[in-house]
Amino acid sequence: MVERPASWKVETRTRASSLFLVAALVLIALAVAAPAFVGRGTLRDLFFILTMLVLAQSWNLLAGYAGLVSVGQQAFVGFGAYAMFAAVSLWGLDPLTAIALAGVAAALLALPTGFFVFRLQGAYFAIGTWVVAEVVRLLLAQWKALGGGTGTSLPSGATRDFAPVAWIEGLFGVRSAHAVDILTYWLALALAVAAIAFIYRFLLTRQGLGLAAMRDNELAAGALGVDARRLKWAVYVATAFITGVTGALIYVQTARISPDAAFSVIDWTANVVFIVVIGGIGTIEGPIVGVILFFLLQNGLSQYGSWYLLVLGLIAILVMLFAPRGLWGLFADRTGIQLFPVRRSLRRAGPKPQTSDSRGGPNG
Amino acid sequence: MNWLDTIVQGVLLGGLYALFAAGLSLVFGIMRLVNLAHGDLIVLAAFLILVLVTSLGLDPFVAALVAAPAMFAIGWLLQYHVLNRTLGDDILPPLLVTFGLSIVIQNALLEGFSADSRRIPAGGTLETASLALGPISVGVMPLLTFLSAVAVIVLLNRLFYATSLGRAFRATSDDPVTAGLMGIEPRRVFATATGIAMVVVTIAALYLGMRANFDPTIGPARLIYAFEAVIIGGLGSLWGTLAGGIIIGVAQTLGAAINPEWQILAGHVAFLVVLVFKPRGLFPRAND
Repeated sequence: MVERPASWKVETRTRASSLFLVAALVLIALAVAAPAFVGRGTLRDLFFILTMLVLAQSWNLLAGYAGLVSVGQQAFVGFGAYAMFAAVSLWGLDPLTAIALAGVAAALLALPTGFFVFRLQGAYFAIGTWVVAEVVRLLLAQWKALGGGTGTSLPSGATRDFAPVAWIEGLFGVRSAHAVDILTYWLALALAVAAIAFIYRFLLTRQGLGLAAMRDNELAAGALGVDARRLKWAVYVATAFITGVTGALIYVQTARISPDAAFSVIDWTANVVFIVVIGGIGTIEGPIVGVILFFLLQNGLSQYGSWYLLVLGLIAILVMLFAPRGLWGLFADRTGIQLFPVRRSLRRAGPKPQTSDSRGGPNG
Repeated sequence: MNWLDTIVQGVLLGGLYALFAAGLSLVFGIMRLVNLAHGDLIVLAAFLILVLVTSLGLDPFVAALVAAPAMFAIGWLLQYHVLNRTLGDDILPPLLVTFGLSIVIQNALLEGFSADSRRIPAGGTLETASLALGPISVGVMPLLTFLSAVAVIVLLNRLFYATSLGRAFRATSDDPVTAGLMGIEPRRVFATATGIAMVVVTIAALYLGMRANFDPTIGPARLIYAFEAVIIGGLGSLWGTLAGGIIIGVAQTLGAAINPEWQILAGHVAFLVVLVFKPRGLFPRAND
């Protein structure tokens, strides 16, 4: 390595991103306090948005950064959910421990499934992940202790008797069912913040840079010493963990599970793919924009049955054809604003900082 | 339990899966495009045949003859105006566009035909007729399906290796730019290939709809069987695809004979086993 003169430093921060960091911290503080001034319905909506956001961020890391287009992430949602159910209703663990355990279980599941799907390239990888999800669904449908093909419910006291729920009841003076909603909402908020922070931090590391290089040109990245295979495995297992934790959390809230719902390709993959594609694949901002649009669209079209999925699918196709970097890509191209910049720029540490050109690829 | 009977039924079922897979194999072979909406297009064709049969009172086979050119046109237009835009080095656009298309077709069919199970009335005794072949009896319908699959594969191979269109297919598959210099327009060749794939899809839909109940949501499962057949057979080999379909079919009937709940699972497990020992399929030809 060539030693850098002391007056220069590598930075990724921009003015917009520093302002955004402050705004994000305020927003998170507000979100933590939200249960004090919004009703249960809003909390449930926010829970839905936050959990979909985590699923979208994790699929985005997988497909947008590692180039692993999976349409079988429902395998990990469902497996995480079933692991949580087993831990709570069969082994009597508390929900929080069960959720953490579910993440580990999903990551462990990723080892054998990865062994199969990594034998397939590109598009075949996609359908391979789908086959794996079907196999996991069919196997878990045989688990009679958890209701087999028809599913089962969590024992009624399992979440309400959990110690923090009683504490929340006292704090806000609410009934236990409301307190469970508050707890799951906080967990979803913590999970979303942690997932985004983790993914952003990861993209700023050497491995993250390697990942972006690999996405842009796998051959060239390999020549520079990026171990594509190891990186892909790492991302595959990490996203399985995040997806499994999210699946478990969703089903702590739902409290009822069945193989068809827990392994639904529409709910846990199609919706997630549309969120990421419409918002902007390959950026952290994209899924955030996408999930908000998704929520508005789903609510606006909810009385028309499955029309919202049809409309969502059409929008996703149009975006992919005409604006492949999504709505956020369109916005960022025009304004040059990046809220989660990962582009490194060299700046003089002196009084007059060199302004960097922030146009171009999101991770240039 | 009669093992021979089970295996013969499985082989015949494999014919149906080979029909599902032949179109997928054709399109992949020519333009390296994996159409995630393939299964939903089969279901769309089945509904088209159903509408022709119920509203015009046509015989299902005549209805399929009418539906085939319509499906060819749908395939041609879809490829020319939409899918051609997605072709390139990046695998994301074709995958995500066809995935979106899959969801759009499913939900459009749900809106149009509801989630009820349907069946194409086969007319006469065709549905229940059977032939006695030595110790086992074989349904006429499964036999007809299997023979159609063989005929489709023979014809596609003829088309590929003995016609000028087939030469254009192979040339474009090898090198679209050079083929373009020789007066071939790759975009039109691709559109024609997808059109032909949709004709095969119509034949598959005819047997799917006459043999079993279908509803708008069963497309993805057909895509998965088709995909497994293609991978087991080896990319680019149509006879391999038939072999792949037969392996899935036999695995499913054997699984079902042991425990009815294991039918689908057994097919998937057979696929995964082949994937472990022969990751490039049993009869690999194309080097992708």
